[in-house]
Amino acid sequence: MVAAPHDLASIWATLDRVPDPEVPVLSVVELGIVRDVAMDADGRVTVSITPTYSGCPALRVIERDILDALARDGWADARLRMVYAPAWTTDWMGADARRKLEAYGIASPPSRDTDDVELVPLRRRAPSVPCPYCGSHATAMRSEFGTTACKAVMYCEQCRQPFELFKAI
Amino acid sequence: MPRSTTSPVGRPVAPPAIAANTRPALAQYLLRLGDDRLVLGHRLSEWCGHAPILEEDIALANIALDLVGQAALLLDLAGATEGAARDGDALAYLREAIDFRNVLLVELPKGDFAFTIVRQFLFSVAAYYQLEGLAASAHPDLAGIAAKAVKETRYHVRHAGEWVIKLGDGTQESHGRAQSALDALWRYTGEMFLADDVDAALVGTGLVPDLGTIEPQWRAQVTDVIERATLTIPPAGYMQRGGRIGRHTEHLGIMLAEMQILQRSYPGAKW
Repeated sequence: MVAAPHDLASIWATLDRVPDPEVPVLSVVELGIVRDVAMDADGRVTVSITPTYSGCPALRVIERDILDALARDGWADARLRMVYAPAWTTDWMGADARRKLEAYGIASPPSRDTDDVELVPLRRRAPSVPCPYCGSHATAMRSEFGTTACKAVMYCEQCRQPFELFKAI
Repeated sequence: MPRSTTSPVGRPVAPPAIAANTRPALAQYLLRLGDDRLVLGHRLSEWCGHAPILEEDIALANIALDLVGQAALLLDLAGATEGAARDGDALAYLREAIDFRNVLLVELPKGDFAFTIVRQFLFSVAAYYQLEGLAASAHPDLAGIAAKAVKETRYHVRHAGEWVIKLGDGTQESHGRAQSALDALWRYTGEMFLADDVDAALVGTGLVPDLGTIEPQWRAQVTDVIERATLTIPPAGYMQRGGRIGRHTEHLGIMLAEMQILQRSYPGAKW
């Protein structure tokens, strides 16, 4: 059996309904975790995924959720394949995904080219991250490590609220 | 690593292009990379619930998670390369201390906060440059794992580096503790750059970078931060070694007893 284009499209649609367990407002497709969908001559589906952070504990849940969703939509014998290159980056997150993230209350990741060139900078450049609640730019980084591997802790001086930032990586 | 051995995900497999006589050296090299991260990750996790402030508790736990995650990927790859039907879990939980290949630096007890931070800085800078080299490896899976790990390590270097400066250039108390830590740890840094027959078998294959090129980069970055921290690099002297060939301090066995007890007491337990 040769993969009909509508089959692959419907598999992508199924995958786009699988939410990330840590950031449920985004799907595993929007986050860039799903890298490829393929179907072999026997009609068996292989989904290639890539981990976000090396130690992301959500990965096992994501694997299970993807296989469950595919089974529900009729692809019971689907397989997952882990790919490591190219390494996952927040630059793969599209404008739509960024808007959803902001609406959910998490500031979206800055572009990676704003990374400090120095490994240990003498003085950190002030991050221009607008507060997802009030839009103010009077915000400060509290810690580059937050509630999950992918988030940093910020603070808004305007509305006096701590908020999370999806880290650029 | 709470992982099912029946996971439907294809684990990394050593590509057949690796020459048979290079394979044992590559497996050893991957064990070294994986063990450094597993042991240091466990040491960092000992701070969970004990760090001086909440942000640091969370930061150290996050860095521990990155390191244990990197270890899981590298040890899985080591197992596949070795070809002896041992996966990452078996390598992590079912080996004796004498079979671990981490440098002595990472197994030393966590000490005070200054000791943990200075060690983290000395290790992370070396790891950063080594991973940068590995990201260009001719081994596709190793290159991919390293390309991800190097980005995580950049955060680790910045975190520890900023703290070294804060502690060193801080109060008399924090300066004294940071200097004591540096004095105690310095003699353990040489082992990170000690090339032996494992490295000799791999350099020139395009699989791994030359440790000789990593050391000067490490020294330049470390010196820069130590000077900014108003700390003093200890005089050159004898460097401790042994971890890479399984000769460890007594601290590793005690740590492994705690880390491995569940799998040793209830073989094959899953959760």
